[in-house]
Amino acid sequence: MSRPESLALPRDAESGAGTSAESGAGSRGAVGRAAARTSPVLWSLPPLAALALVFLCPLALVVRQSFLGEEGGPPSTAPYAKVFAEASFRDALGTTVLIAVGATAGCLLLGFALALVIAFVPFPGSRALSRFIDVFLAFPSFLITLALLFLYGTAGLANGLWTDATGAADGPFAFLHTPWGVLLAEITYFTPFVMRPLLAAFSQVETGQLEAAASLGARPVRIVRKVIWPEALPSLAAGGALVLVLTLNEFGIVLFTGAKDVVTLPVLVYTKAILDGDYTGACVVAVVNIVLSVALYALYRTVAARAGGARTPTAGGAGRRARA
Amino acid sequence: MLVHSKGARRAVWAVFFVLFLPLFALPLLVVVAASFASTWSGALPSGPTTAHYQDIARGDSLEALVTSLVTAVAASLLALTAGTWAALAAQRLRPRARRVLDGLFVLPVAVPSVVVGLSLLVAFSQPPLLLNGTPQIVVVAHTVLVTAFAYQSVTAALARLDPAYEQSAASLGARPAYVLWRVKLPLLLPSLTAAAGLCFALSMGELSATMMIYPPDWTPLPVRIFATTDRGALFAGAALAVALMAATLLVLLAVSRIRTKASYR
Repeated sequence: MSRPESLALPRDAESGAGTSAESGAGSRGAVGRAAARTSPVLWSLPPLAALALVFLCPLALVVRQSFLGEEGGPPSTAPYAKVFAEASFRDALGTTVLIAVGATAGCLLLGFALALVIAFVPFPGSRALSRFIDVFLAFPSFLITLALLFLYGTAGLANGLWTDATGAADGPFAFLHTPWGVLLAEITYFTPFVMRPLLAAFSQVETGQLEAAASLGARPVRIVRKVIWPEALPSLAAGGALVLVLTLNEFGIVLFTGAKDVVTLPVLVYTKAILDGDYTGACVVAVVNIVLSVALYALYRTVAARAGGARTPTAGGAGRRARA
Repeated sequence: MLVHSKGARRAVWAVFFVLFLPLFALPLLVVVAASFASTWSGALPSGPTTAHYQDIARGDSLEALVTSLVTAVAASLLALTAGTWAALAAQRLRPRARRVLDGLFVLPVAVPSVVVGLSLLVAFSQPPLLLNGTPQIVVVAHTVLVTAFAYQSVTAALARLDPAYEQSAASLGARPAYVLWRVKLPLLLPSLTAAAGLCFALSMGELSATMMIYPPDWTPLPVRIFATTDRGALFAGAALAVALMAATLLVLLAVSRIRTKASYR
């Protein structure tokens, strides 16, 4: 990533030196160099100003509003005390974290198993399958909840099969409007986010390594543990952190589930702001949610950067080999 | 090949499909099946009908689809412009300044979309910038949410770009603007169209921030799907969802065709 930078810098220095030699005065070269240094900063200002206008300032206003009571007056932490005292907030916080952690664990487990088969026990059409996973990512999350209504809803595939087979009036599947329904939908929707980086990492594993391990008598479980697992760990960590952030922020799935007793932090923000008109309370919940997610996302960027950095030499080597 | 014995391989594949099919393939299939049905009382939907699609062709749903398309195109173009500009500017910054710009531009990914909607409500509900209740606020929200993805894809593409092209153009006397317009942007075109497709798909399906801010006369398709299923019309909602998926896929397909054409140059 630093390659273009390091190549561009000497060229700038050279041209600066050339100008000073031509004019015979060191001052012009210095001015040219200073201009070359400030212009990138100037160029980055317009998009930064746009971002500040529509995103950073509004976000700051949310934080400001969260410290102001409805009746005005000096900023205080009273709105926080009020919201933290509500049982609904504490329940929402607990539900959000539980669902996010559960969904992340499920996605990691399922994503690792599925990616393992696609990469190392390939079958005809497994390429098309990984293309299908990319398409899956292009669809909105609430489609999954809608689909689950037809699969496990009161009138749906699973319950219909049961009533047809047994003649009972109702089927046994009634978990959709509980946290379990949200959990299933989130695991379904977010597993591809784990599989994609994993498949990329698995494509870097040399098959020769697996063959060598197998020829030395290692059984598949041992190969997975000793050869594949270390290679997968950085991508698993990065994918898991990303999914944790996305599940903490997920709104569409929970909204479509329509369960009264499954309230997560984003849903609480929506309820307070739109249904109750309590902007200060909504801003307090929003700040709590932002702090949680942004801290996790910062962690994800660190882990992902480290995972990417560890792989770069291999990737460069593979690229050179491919070109040669 | 990890598993050598034929029987074991078959067993692994069986487990794979037992997990994969119900979780990933079945959901899309049942939505399509339900969109053509009028009742679902047994194991399979019954009462085949295309009435739900005929309803889309007249009525408010078509308006919602057009609203979504207009919003998505506008937001993608704005996000692509801002994201590409920022990525090009960031590339020439020093490492530390670049890390700051990187962090600021990907921040919208980490902030919950609902909160992005709330922040726009808080900021633009009073003068001087009174956007609340206008279609523009929806476009602004979608732009904020997808710019991060445009920025990330263009940054990744720039890192892969061979600097020799622009250097040789510059060494032949091309001015920076000319190098950017005739060398860099054409080389980036495949990544730019891919980024545009991603932004479009994300904006088409955006629900969280939209639920916070949409005005009554600018209802995008996802909100319409929610309103329809919420009042119990599940099959009509499924038809709308299929329309949403089809529109998204068609545009993605068109965009990928542009990409293959561009990569021949």
